[in-house]
Amino acid sequence: MNNKIENTLFQCRAINKEFGNVRANNDISINVRSSQIHALLGENGAGKSTLVKIIYGLLQPDSGSMTFLNEEYSPKSPKDARALGVGMVFQHFSLFEPLTAFENILVGLDKELGEKELHASVIMLSESYGLEVNLSSFIGDLSAGERQRVEIIRALIQKPKLLIMDEPTSVLTPFECESLFKTLKKLASEGTSILYISHKLKEIADLCDTASVLRKGAIVGEYDPKKMTPRELGEIMVGQSLFEPKRPVAANKSNKVLSVKINEVKPDTQFGVTLKNIDLAVYQSEILGIGGVAGNGQEELMQVLTGEKKDRNVSIKYMDNDIEMLNPRERREIGLAFAPEERLGHAAVGNLNLLENSLITDPKKRFQMKMGFIDFSELNEYTNEIIEKFNVKTTGVSALASSLSGGNLQKFVVGREIGQKPSLFIVNQPTWGVDALSAANIRQAIVDIANTGAAIILISQDLDEILEISNKVAFLTNGNLSIPTNTMDIKTDEIGAIMGGISD
Amino acid sequence: MFKLIPRENVSPVLSLLGPLFSVGLTMIVGGILFYFLGVDPFAAIKMIFWDPLMSETFSTYSIPQIFIKGAPLILIALGLSVGFKANVWNIGAEGQYIMGAIFGASFALSLYPLESIVIFPAMILIGVIGGCLWSMIPAFLKVKFQVNEILVSLMLVYVAEQILALASLGFLRNPDGAGFPGSRNLNQYTSASNAEIIAGTGIHLGVLLSLLLVIFFYVLLFRHSLGFKIKLLGNSPKASGFSGDNPNKLIFLCLTLSGSLAGLAGIMEVAGPAGQINIDFNVGYGFTAIIVAFLGRLNPIGIFFAGIVMALTYVGGELTQFMLNLPAAAIQVFQGMLLFFLLSFDLFVHYKIKLKGNK
Repeated sequence: MNNKIENTLFQCRAINKEFGNVRANNDISINVRSSQIHALLGENGAGKSTLVKIIYGLLQPDSGSMTFLNEEYSPKSPKDARALGVGMVFQHFSLFEPLTAFENILVGLDKELGEKELHASVIMLSESYGLEVNLSSFIGDLSAGERQRVEIIRALIQKPKLLIMDEPTSVLTPFECESLFKTLKKLASEGTSILYISHKLKEIADLCDTASVLRKGAIVGEYDPKKMTPRELGEIMVGQSLFEPKRPVAANKSNKVLSVKINEVKPDTQFGVTLKNIDLAVYQSEILGIGGVAGNGQEELMQVLTGEKKDRNVSIKYMDNDIEMLNPRERREIGLAFAPEERLGHAAVGNLNLLENSLITDPKKRFQMKMGFIDFSELNEYTNEIIEKFNVKTTGVSALASSLSGGNLQKFVVGREIGQKPSLFIVNQPTWGVDALSAANIRQAIVDIANTGAAIILISQDLDEILEISNKVAFLTNGNLSIPTNTMDIKTDEIGAIMGGISD
Repeated sequence: MFKLIPRENVSPVLSLLGPLFSVGLTMIVGGILFYFLGVDPFAAIKMIFWDPLMSETFSTYSIPQIFIKGAPLILIALGLSVGFKANVWNIGAEGQYIMGAIFGASFALSLYPLESIVIFPAMILIGVIGGCLWSMIPAFLKVKFQVNEILVSLMLVYVAEQILALASLGFLRNPDGAGFPGSRNLNQYTSASNAEIIAGTGIHLGVLLSLLLVIFFYVLLFRHSLGFKIKLLGNSPKASGFSGDNPNKLIFLCLTLSGSLAGLAGIMEVAGPAGQINIDFNVGYGFTAIIVAFLGRLNPIGIFFAGIVMALTYVGGELTQFMLNLPAAAIQVFQGMLLFFLLSFDLFVHYKIKLKGNK
């Protein structure tokens, strides 16, 4: 025990923070010891971000105290925090795109430092911690991993004793993750403590020495992730037992449901991704997982598949019919169903109630009577059915979609589509921002319809999700799709190479 | 400074109270205005809102007049409301109203003095087409070149007014009219006259149609899938595309409906209460209908009541003009205030105000 206290670098005691009626942080106390990687684990909305914003001086706590290096610590701003030795790398980068990597580091400095001197220390840092960055490149031209390295250098140049990393792997390929982990381990071994925020259980087990688990704004406890399975940790995180959906039994190779061939499709805006050389097929009772880091063409591919974007350079065959020129409604009528990534404003509309949101996709015209009049009793019944089956928490069918939490709305959207009993279901990011239990339920529902004969295309940035339930996987890199392989045959290091665009 | 923050829950009671509240405030502020114009504010307000309905001297004339003035307002507002729901902002109904009248009247007058029962329905149809064609110009430019329909439809009002002047002084001028501007009076041309359907009241077919169309639009918007598509487009073009709708078709539909109804109102007016095409034929129904649409919360039933209230201010306003010598412009200010207060009230229904600190 004595040893522990001696080693304490940072400590917070009984931190409270309220936003309106919501208690984001409720009596939170944690102890970060020196030279340790300390995980802050919790679901979306558990209060992780609020806590680290308080530590970094972006928010002030309502009550509670903090000590850092055995002295009272109450930063009024991030500048205070940096001056005292706390650095932070944000999930969403705060870099200036028109400036070079080096200029970004330069403008981020609190103290004046000679350009030459700075250059030398940046080179030294990047060499000793494996943070490879071409300093003269413009940020706009760098990949997410490189941008993150710029941010890390920018934080390290201030020589922090405590470095806060907010969900750093959410934008990285597995390959980039590994090199990040090496950097972090080296930093820790040299005396910098790291507060590592994540909800990815596997990486926490690999990387962290201690894990403080947050649930609903309060600390559940402190655990040693090396001595627990990710599943045990996950159950502590959500506060209930979890089940793992099993991938569909086997694909029926003889029944091809959909094949897609894309030579080249240019994006509508200059920020979009050009889709190239895509060749995929999906069979009955099969889940084809499409992985990849965000912004590599997922959105564009989804639009081509739904029919929101039609293009002559695309050939889509659905059960021997060419459907590339059909619009989304016509595609639904022959048995396809879609759930795009963006819930509010695309898959569903916040200003409309749940009944009206059910009407958005009505492939079988079951909510229509003769001459296009709406059949409200059927619509009511169907909407209630979705709410019940998918355990959507809401006040009822006349609740506005915007009143539902993100996870509940996602359950509603997936339920709405699955309820139409599609022969082919194409879904993008089905469990993004959804709590672990609901996520497992959604995955199970997807597996269930595959087991009854539907073909599924599952686009997801959650690699674990894809590996868990897909029969085959392919990866999107820069608008290119790798050749689909059996999930059972693929090795993790291969995935990293494919996603990083190393093998072509 | 102040900051507006959207409310999470918009109270339905408050949003229904809006129109009543704004009518009330308009009475108060309008009363103050009338006071400074040297008129007894209580007498003026009573004359606008009470006398047309209740006074024995005026009501036998006024009540049918309310429906006659309300009919074009309701017809036009119904069409506009559909577009407004879809975020299609046709504010040029005044022009479409004029063109409906010119098209229909030109057709009928070109056949004068031929009598046939076909002429009347054909004239109505051609009036509707006239209004519709005029609204197709902004529709086409919006869909094809992404030109803002607000500007185009508004500017076309002034073009229509010039065509109206041209017609009154030129191609439709009454050859037997001793050189005065204005066309032949359609009420004196039996086959083309939009005659009264209840003797002695002046109530014409357009009044009946406006009531029937209220029901039609109610069903269309709340019971039919087309109404839903329009609402979906207005709320989220992306979700509308995901649903499989073609936004361009819906934009055309909205402008077709609003243009056609404005055209219908125009031909009903020129063949009925107005009687002839003349330079001063249009009196601003197309613009006032925008107020009616919003005052009625873009709901057909609401629009019916809003149209009646607005017609009341016209009829009552006329009364104050010749009884109390209030200038016509004062009445227009009065009507404008209604929309102003309604929109202001809406702001507070949908947003709360927060005082910003010094930060």
